[in-house]
Amino acid sequence: MTAATEKRKLPLNTWLRMYLRLFAVQGSWNYEILIGNGVAFCMEPALRLLPGGRGGIAYTEALSRHARYFNAHPYFAGVAVGSLARAELDGVQPALIDRFRTALAGPLGSVGDRLVWASWLPLCSLVALGAYGFDARPFSVVAIFLILYNLGHLSLRAWGLRVGFDKGLRVADSLGHPLLRRSPQYVGAVAALLSGISVPLTARRLIADGRALTITVTIIAIVGGALLARYGERAEGWKLALAILALFVLYSVIA
Amino acid sequence: MIASLIDVLPVVLLGAILGLDVVTFPQAMISRPIVAATVAGAFIGNPLAGLTMGATLELLALGMLPFGASKYPEWGSASVVGGVLYASQATNPPGALPASLLAALFTAVVSGWSMIKLRRLNASRAARMRSALDSGSADAIVGLQLFGLTADFIRGGAVTLGAMLVFRPIVASIVGTWHSNPLYSRALVVAISVAVAAGAIWKIFHVIPGAKILFATGLACGIGLILLR
Repeated sequence: MTAATEKRKLPLNTWLRMYLRLFAVQGSWNYEILIGNGVAFCMEPALRLLPGGRGGIAYTEALSRHARYFNAHPYFAGVAVGSLARAELDGVQPALIDRFRTALAGPLGSVGDRLVWASWLPLCSLVALGAYGFDARPFSVVAIFLILYNLGHLSLRAWGLRVGFDKGLRVADSLGHPLLRRSPQYVGAVAALLSGISVPLTARRLIADGRALTITVTIIAIVGGALLARYGERAEGWKLALAILALFVLYSVIA
Repeated sequence: MIASLIDVLPVVLLGAILGLDVVTFPQAMISRPIVAATVAGAFIGNPLAGLTMGATLELLALGMLPFGASKYPEWGSASVVGGVLYASQATNPPGALPASLLAALFTAVVSGWSMIKLRRLNASRAARMRSALDSGSADAIVGLQLFGLTADFIRGGAVTLGAMLVFRPIVASIVGTWHSNPLYSRALVVAISVAVAAGAIWKIFHVIPGAKILFATGLACGIGLILLR
């Protein structure tokens, strides 16, 4: 037995325990084993189903295999948790599980970083800023951001755990799904368009004074930002902002 | 002093909860500036001012993506501090936005540094528990996880407390002695934030085919909307 070949289901309460634990998968994030301990923590409810139950030899051996170095995007960690739990419950050879575990870490990090951190999160921020720019009330802006963002977040965690457990060692096929590969591009295109709309509208509401000043500030700032991005590869914008702001505050107090 | 501490305790609790959300639990992005600063503003009865601070910080935070082991400012607790400091200036006096924003940015730097310290602390604890983890002890695994969560909660709270105690009098003092023109002060803050956001958007999306045209189209729409409103 090397891979999940037949349909197998986790008891609902076990699945729920694992799903809820996934929200704390980075609870002990550290520079030694990264989220390794978190992955073992999330798998633990499923491992109670191994022969001998909680505290049995199979259970402790499986836990010891997984409380080691592991890296993945936190929202995609469910894929690893599900597939590794399935492999353990299917009785796959430990050496094969170790190899699979090592191979899984890279893709789960890069797919998640591209899809979530570099696409979905900025898009949701831009939607919220757009809502702000359209004069939405404070709690409407908050609700728009949180609902939109977490629709993606919660479903992704649930999908990862489900597909991981269903596919077991064959989960790589699911990670190559066109939707996952192409989504960052589509989301990025929408975000690029939206950023052009949201940023000037946000500036208008923040300045809260005449069109001319808003448009002038926006255009100067966008040109400045483009130059910063183009020629200041190593410069971090917020650090520059901190320095300029500190000087301006000092000037405004002393002058 | 004691009254001041009691006064600030609910804010510290909020800073602890939102600081926890950044990495450890539940990463639902309630720690994003646009959410955290608005909630902080609402905490002291001025959500609109909180939202203003939140939108400004969100522009600055757009390019700071929490990639794994990378070092980045911690916006959750910092946004609480910025939101509360700005929202507590009831009449929105000149200098309130730049001074509160500066306090939030300094807090974000210190809080980011505290996250690195916490990660090292977690690592040393994991190293001390290595034999228990290697033997498959569920207690050790759960214990390490709970330790990390608790320590991060305390970290966020401590950063918020420290920042409130340090920056509340400083911001009040800056606002009291502010000389620059209020409109131009605000315009400068917005210009800085929009420039940082524009740079971040370019860095994130320039690899997308047609991104420049899409952004330019959006910008034309955005400016058109401003002219129409």
